[in-house]
Order: sequence, then C-alpha cells, then structure tokens
Amino acid sequence: MKRLWRWLIPVAVLPVLALLAYGFKVSPRDIPSPLVGRPAPAFALATLDGSPLSLEGHRGKVVVVNFWASWCYPACYEEAPVLERNWRGYRARGVVVVGVDIQDKREAAEKFVADFGLTFPVAQDLKGTVSVDYGVYGVPETFFVDRKGQIRVKHVGAVTDDVFRATVDRLLAEPSAP
Amino acid sequence: MSRPVAVLVVALSVLALAVRPAAAQSGKPVSEDVVHEVAAQLRCVVCQNLSVADSPSEMAGQMRAIIRERLAAGESPAEVQRYFVERYGEWILLSPPRRGFNLLVWLLPLVAVVVGLAVTVALVWRWTHRRRGVRTAPVAVDPAMSERIRRELESGR
Repeated sequence: MKRLWRWLIPVAVLPVLALLAYGFKVSPRDIPSPLVGRPAPAFALATLDGSPLSLEGHRGKVVVVNFWASWCYPACYEEAPVLERNWRGYRARGVVVVGVDIQDKREAAEKFVADFGLTFPVAQDLKGTVSVDYGVYGVPETFFVDRKGQIRVKHVGAVTDDVFRATVDRLLAEPSAP
Repeated sequence: MSRPVAVLVVALSVLALAVRPAAAQSGKPVSEDVVHEVAAQLRCVVCQNLSVADSPSEMAGQMRAIIRERLAAGESPAEVQRYFVERYGEWILLSPPRRGFNLLVWLLPLVAVVVGLAVTVALVWRWTHRRRGVRTAPVAVDPAMSERIRRELESGR
C-alpha cells in the first residue's frame, strides 16, 4: 500500500505539469481564424487622399488586405517596404495591396506613408468596424483574398518576401472562374 | 396649478429625463446595461484576460460602439454575440459554452473537489486510527534499562 502511494503522487502530478508546460509554450496570440475559407467581409472606406476604397472595387484580383498602425513598431516598419516592393512587382499581374490603418492618428499615418513612400491604397478604419469584421486582434495582420473573394490565408506578424511571394503565387496559379 | 396637473407635469418630466440618454442614439433606444452585459462576456482582443466592458483600450471602446450600434439596429444580445464569435471564434467568449470538449473545463474542478475531499477524509481517518493503535501497543523494554531510566530521573540528572 505504501509503495503504491509513493508512485501514485508523481504519476498524478506529471500530467498536470505536462499540461502547464504545454500551456506556457503556446502563444495566446496563435488563434486560428474562423474566417479562413470564408468570403472576405466587404468594406467601403476612403483612402488618405480621399478616393473610395472597397473590396468590391477589386473583384477578380488577388487582394492582400494588410492591417497596420504607425505605432506598431517594429513589425509594421519591417513589413512596409516588403509590401511596397511586392505591390510594385505584382500589380501588373492582377494583385492589389490594400492597407487598413487602425487605431491611429491621421497625421501619424500620413507620415508613415510618406516615410516609406507607400503607393498602394491606404485607408483609415476610424470606427474599427472593418477590423472587427475581419476579426483583427492586433497589428500587423494580413489577409490574402483569392480571386473569388475568399480569405485563404491569415498571416499574423510582419509579412516577409517569402510569405508574400509563396502565397500570392499560389493564389495566382488558381483559375479565376469558379 | 391644480394638484393633478402638477403630478402629471412631474411624472412627464421624470419620464423625459429617463428616456433622453437612450433616445440620443440612432434607431431603437438601447440600454447601457444591455451593452455592458454583452461587452462583459467578450474578451478584449488587444489585452489579455480583460473583458470588453472592463478594458479602457481604444479597440474595446470601438467594440462597445459596435455592440451599441447593432443593438440599436434591432439585433438581440445573442445575435450580437454570434457576430463576434463568427469573426474571432469561440476564443472571444470569456466563458466557453458548456458543450462538447469545453465541458471538461466546467466538470474537472468539480471532480477535483470531490477527489480532494475523499483523499482528505481517507487520510484523516487513517491518521486518527493509527495513533490510537500505537498507544495501545505493548512496548517491550529491557527491565534493566527501565530501572536505569527510573533511577536517573529520580536523581534529577
């Protein structure tokens, strides 16, 4: 009986320790988005220079919707040149990059756009409705929308050249007609 | 002013005061209590372990505004909650729904309490019984030794 107890306590404690170890290693930010594989929510915003910006306006293209903020340092600062470079490289092939600036001041956003020389359309989501529609919980977050208007990939954190190219090339290779 | 008229005026002004804050919103009047109730069940997405009702962050403020707008548009609190769950997943609910795998979260603490109580009762029962057993057990002591102990105690060394 005594011998049994001596073994039983560590054996009972081990699974609890294993569960805690697993819990501490998993990032609370890695949450799978229920939106992947579903139609991308429509939005209608105005860009910083006043022209209308909507998902509908880019139907049939591969749309890269990037949520960012000027206070999001360093990740948004790392990915801004990546997005600009790839937008220039891919725009002729039916790819559009859309920047959605969230929880930000207009002057700070304009400075960010000027500093990085961003030429893709950038709009502010002043009321946060687009962010919530896309289930955004932090910046940067990037959604890759295929030519049928479905969200295919959600990328959390700074987008790299590799991620951008691999994802967009895959979506471009797909037939555009359903 | 006659008395019934005065009563009527007071009653109407009280009613007007009570209605005004809600009527300032667009559409249906929304009670802040209902907004709070919905917000309190949602996790603030930019902070950890705070509800949308309790967080001072800008994002939570925007989410409260969205809750208010949707309620004003005629949605029920359950529909507003579903809107958020469809976008963020069940993760956004501060208490997981009581079904399927989630039931473990609700049942395990109960199981732990029951097992803990059982172990405590068993241990206490064993300790109390063992002590009584020790007291009654005869101890064999060498008579010469016990005589020596008695002598040394008496001499006060």
